[in-house]
Amino acid sequence: MTLMTKLSGAVAALALTAGAVAAEPALIFDLGGKFDKSFNEAAFNGAKRWAEETGDSFREIELQSEAQREQALRRFAENGNNPIVMTGFAFGNVLAEVAPDYPETKFAIIDMVVDEPNVRSVVFNEHEGSYLVGMMAAMASESGTVGFIGGMDIPLIRKFACGYAQGVKAINPDANIVANMTGTTPAAWNDPVKGSELTKAQISQGADVVYAAAGGTGVGVLQTAADEGILSIGVDSNQNYLHPGQVLTSMMKRVDNAVYEAMTAGTDLETGINVMGIANGGVGYALDEHNAELVSAEMQAAVDAASAQIASGELQVHDYMSDDSCPALSF
Amino acid sequence: MDFLTLLQVLDSTVRLATPLLLACLAGLFSERAGVFDIGLEGKMLAAAFFSAAIAAITGDVWMGLGAGIAASLALSIVHGLASITFRGNQLISGVAINFLAAGLTVLIAQDWFSQGGRTPSLIGQGRFGPITLPGAEALSGVPVLGPIYAELISGHSILVYIAFLTVPLTWWLLFRTRFGLRLRAVGEAPEAVDTAGVSVVTLRYVAVGICGILCGIAGAYLATALQAGFVKDMTAGRGFIALAALIFAKWRPWYALYACLLFGLLQAVALRYQNIDLGAFVVPVQFMDALPYILTVVILAGFVGKAIPPRAGGEPYVKER
Repeated sequence: MTLMTKLSGAVAALALTAGAVAAEPALIFDLGGKFDKSFNEAAFNGAKRWAEETGDSFREIELQSEAQREQALRRFAENGNNPIVMTGFAFGNVLAEVAPDYPETKFAIIDMVVDEPNVRSVVFNEHEGSYLVGMMAAMASESGTVGFIGGMDIPLIRKFACGYAQGVKAINPDANIVANMTGTTPAAWNDPVKGSELTKAQISQGADVVYAAAGGTGVGVLQTAADEGILSIGVDSNQNYLHPGQVLTSMMKRVDNAVYEAMTAGTDLETGINVMGIANGGVGYALDEHNAELVSAEMQAAVDAASAQIASGELQVHDYMSDDSCPALSF
Repeated sequence: MDFLTLLQVLDSTVRLATPLLLACLAGLFSERAGVFDIGLEGKMLAAAFFSAAIAAITGDVWMGLGAGIAASLALSIVHGLASITFRGNQLISGVAINFLAAGLTVLIAQDWFSQGGRTPSLIGQGRFGPITLPGAEALSGVPVLGPIYAELISGHSILVYIAFLTVPLTWWLLFRTRFGLRLRAVGEAPEAVDTAGVSVVTLRYVAVGICGILCGIAGAYLATALQAGFVKDMTAGRGFIALAALIFAKWRPWYALYACLLFGLLQAVALRYQNIDLGAFVVPVQFMDALPYILTVVILAGFVGKAIPPRAGGEPYVKER
């Protein structure tokens, strides 16, 4: 009996100390999974960088189903984790409900705006990054026709397409842009077979550079583009290594920087809307040893010039989501 | 639409119809023997993963194909055990197989390759390449027929030809052999087969096994011929479209071919032309995607002839005493 009391006492003490030091940040990955070679993995890399630099640790969970969103959020909040970072627009509604219940906890959501006093909403100017890769596509294209393959037909993906089209037209006003969406259901993110067929269809319509903003479907697009000997453009993280010498570049969304910044700020996290654009290194294009031969000096100079203009506000790239229309492309 | 575009759409149709056709024939064997199988999707997915994984590890696509068939067969045996031996509900067993495959493939892929539930990209011998049929080059100059032969008939992977040859083979096996007669009988009146002294259980297991093999080829085709690797949930509902095609084809092999080609054509057209402008109104791409299901419902509702499933389908056989 006494042993039992001692044991439970020890457990209670442990629990107390655990509660005291638990201001460690937490990271929640969306359904894509931690190692999706894209969005979630970028978030993980940012958190890992933070952990390595500070020597602190963070808590993490990979969601297995929709129902776990609220559960995971509440558990971390109850546990005293602060700040709590989550990846993906799908957390929007859940966070709007949970955040008011934990006014002392800071939340950071990536890719979605949640209007609560203790939430930092990180959004990316994907149209700006897409504009840059669009310019590169137009310069690399010999046929004057370039392709775009989106995943699920949602405004966010149209934002990618619209920025891309504007970049293409900036270089070659007569360019023909073939834009296709894979589907209208979430299955469209993971259908590489359809991605391949769309790529083949675009090739037969003359496209010689295709930009895939389609999650797992993009794997099929990049593969077919490599098989058929045309160039492709990756998305979200650096996908140049997938087919060295055949991926022109990748539109990078620096989710890792966003997570790193949120964790570095810790409990002092600044709330409100945080826009990550070209100006603050939130988006950009990838250049490494796998695509060095494809990107000419001329191309790089043009893109860097446009990049500087966008950063200074001199050049405005139209955002599809601002008014649900696109001047350069009709859907 | 010019001739070349038409050929390209038809070429795309063949590629898209092949996995449907294999899965549809798989379901045909199983359901003709009285075992409903909505686990086609799961079996294809498991086969897609294991074929890509083993092909990536060994670098030999034939090993991959073997592994894919083995994985699909293993799930078939689970389905057989649940629904034939233990007389469980066949639909529930099928659903369970779909869930099991969806979760297990990603889990194992993550454990083996740590690439976010993917397999590494297959290269060289790890993939089924296109086969150029003899004379395709020489004949391509011939007007009309030449391009049809060179573009449409030649240049697919070997699994496509296997799939199309499976159709007459299935017809012959089911309608021209003693085994086929018994297999069909077991789906219509198992008690009669039992009275004749033929084992209902063995026949149903054989049918479910053939179903597993065909699903295995379908999955391997997706991952190692159409694609160069596995991506989670890459079957994307093709198992269910195959089931729809099976009903549309009224459980007949030749009709299954036509149904799958039709559904493949619908997909190919939807992919090629996002919105079809008919002048008076525009057909949205979503409608084209939904058309296979709509057609199936129309058939099921009995508007275009009646689709009557095998009489003993879905019911476990209990020997009378």
